[in-house]
Amino acid sequence: MSKLEINDLHVTVDTEDGPKEILKGVTLTINDGETHAIMGPNGSGKSTLAYSIAGHPKYTITGGTVTLDGQDVLSLSVDERARAGLFLAMQYPVEVPGVSVSNFLRTAKTAIDGEAPKLRTWVKDVNAALEQLNLDPSFGTRNVNEGFSGGEKKRHEIAQLELLDPKVAVLDETDSGLDIDALKTVSEGVNRFRAREGKGVLLITHYTRILRYIEPDFVHVFVDGKVAESGGKELADQLEANGYDKYVNAVTA
Amino acid sequence: MTVTTDSVRSALELAPEHDHVDSHLHPEGSFDVADHEVPTGREEIWRFTPLKRLKGLHADAEFMRSATTSTWNTQEGVRVEGVSGDEARGLRGISGLVPNTRWAARVLAEVPSTLLIDVPADTEVAEPIVVDLDGTDAGVTEAGHVAMRFGRHSKAIVVLNHTGSSTVAAVVEIAVGDGADVTVVSIQDWADDAVHLSHHQARVGRDATYKHAAISFGGDLVRMDANVTYDGPGGSAELLGLYFADAGQHIEHRIFADHTAPRTKSHAVYKGALQGEKAHTVWVGNVLIRKVAEGIETYEENRNLVLTDGCRADSIPNLEIETGEIEGAGHASATARFDDTQLFYLQSRGISEKEAQRLVVHGFFNDLIRQVGVPSIEERLLTTVEAELAKNVLKDLGSLAAFGQDDNAPHDVLGSSRSAPSADNAAGTPR
Ligand SMILES: Nc1ncnc2c1ncn2[C@@H]1O[C@H](COP(=O)(O)OP(=O)(O)O)[C@@H](O)[C@H]1O
Ligand SMILES: [Mg+2]
Repeated sequence: MSKLEINDLHVTVDTEDGPKEILKGVTLTINDGETHAIMGPNGSGKSTLAYSIAGHPKYTITGGTVTLDGQDVLSLSVDERARAGLFLAMQYPVEVPGVSVSNFLRTAKTAIDGEAPKLRTWVKDVNAALEQLNLDPSFGTRNVNEGFSGGEKKRHEIAQLELLDPKVAVLDETDSGLDIDALKTVSEGVNRFRAREGKGVLLITHYTRILRYIEPDFVHVFVDGKVAESGGKELADQLEANGYDKYVNAVTA
Repeated sequence: MTVTTDSVRSALELAPEHDHVDSHLHPEGSFDVADHEVPTGREEIWRFTPLKRLKGLHADAEFMRSATTSTWNTQEGVRVEGVSGDEARGLRGISGLVPNTRWAARVLAEVPSTLLIDVPADTEVAEPIVVDLDGTDAGVTEAGHVAMRFGRHSKAIVVLNHTGSSTVAAVVEIAVGDGADVTVVSIQDWADDAVHLSHHQARVGRDATYKHAAISFGGDLVRMDANVTYDGPGGSAELLGLYFADAGQHIEHRIFADHTAPRTKSHAVYKGALQGEKAHTVWVGNVLIRKVAEGIETYEENRNLVLTDGCRADSIPNLEIETGEIEGAGHASATARFDDTQLFYLQSRGISEKEAQRLVVHGFFNDLIRQVGVPSIEERLLTTVEAELAKNVLKDLGSLAAFGQDDNAPHDVLGSSRSAPSADNAAGTPR
């Protein structure tokens, strides 16, 4: 089971001029096994939503709730949220100097499972995950995200998704900056994850391109810190044809 | 917390054309003790050092009968021996050292014996020559002179391993013959009450490769000056340093790469971590590129990771250039706390905050530890870093109890009590 419920979420960031509200009442439910796409213009608050769900300390929750299978997510620390079954593929993955990918993956897997993975199968799993994402096996000895190309960073995020096997994955613009081959590779990884029993996906994107490879059950248009409209796949096609103008104008009007 | 990075002096200083240069990098040295005044603490080279805690080593403390035991392993073809009389006198200054401090002049003038490490020409020593210096009494002020002589085209690693309690002033002279390949590692793993003032002076021969690694963990006050000059063109020096200062400790490292010959190289990387009230570290990186030293390359870097409040890290790169004809010269200096974005990234993968901090600290030192390039030391350094972390960052994690006693994962220094077996870490260290 995996049900992520976001209800009337309000979030601020601290600025020099005091707190600034970025999320202005987001309500969204991802039921067991569903994939939801969130589409919105730059600066509409998509990353803020992703980070707030993951618990980034920069963001302050001023109202609303987030629950995973009924459990209050907002009262958990960042690592507790991950252990509860949330995963965030970041728009800008962070370099961690001196920490090898394999050490990082093993430490994360151990933390999530509460016990060390069986060495033999684990090494096999890691190699398979890397290979499926077109990452060389020597990748394991490199330092986390250090010197990775943009595409490698994104593929590494999806390798983690497959290995750590969360309940719900939030993918923040995993498609941005990828060429068409890398986009396909990454999409296949996400689809393998979706094929597992009951996995939820919140797919944040600026472009409709990735939706050709990862078919969402629902599409939400995100503007000015909240969901402006929700619908099925067809909503993405409308956005493709007309852009965000209609929604953005509605906000500024 | 005070974090200072004195970057003003770090700007390139292009010295004037004439021969006399007004700089502390050009002192007139002397073997005569009377030529050196007792320092007041205001001098450039003493301004960071708490003289009061030196127990008179910088001034006129009596050099007493040694309370330090010295032991070493034997390696084929290598002579390691305490020598005295004429032979000892003949070794004073073999690195080209002319003392520029009173204490160093006193050591060379007064210490009756010298520990000689003699590696003949064309000799390759497979295993490290390890000298253990174990202090037994910090109440005894003492001094020592070590002379290392590496013949032309020899290859060797020497490890000076300092442990226990001691109050010692030590001059270590290193003569690296032409074409030799030499590594000298000095580990300061002292007890809390130790005071250690040392000067390591190396003269690097033509086309020789010299690596010096200064590793300081323990002691109340540790100050080391690691200096290099060049005996001919083509010599290369790598100066590495790793230190971890706890509450109340003063750890000071100064390097001086004096480019006295053309086409020579110096590359320095010092990294330190600080934790606890009044932990104080100092790094001063002096590089002088003399007029003759055309076509040289130099780079120096110091990074400090501040783990708690109440620490102070001083970091001063200082580059003086007297010739315009250089291949490359650069420096970097940074002092910072944990990077929140790194911690967030690791935590978002389920890793607890303390585990994440431990990963980051190990990561901070890992590449440097590998650069030291002595496998037997690598493992010990990882262990020591872990033990240092246990004092603060991991205090509540209780990982140290399990660490090192876990039969299933003896080398897994990155795994906590509930962490995974060693996989890449144990297998991958001596890459
Ligand atoms: N620290 C901050 N100070 C001020 N404004 C911020 C800060 N962080 C984010 N914002 C603003 O919040 C808005 C939403 O940003 P973000 O969530 O990154 O949008 P998106 O991911 O949709 O492009 C933007 O207008 C951005 O400028
Ligand atoms: Mg964004």
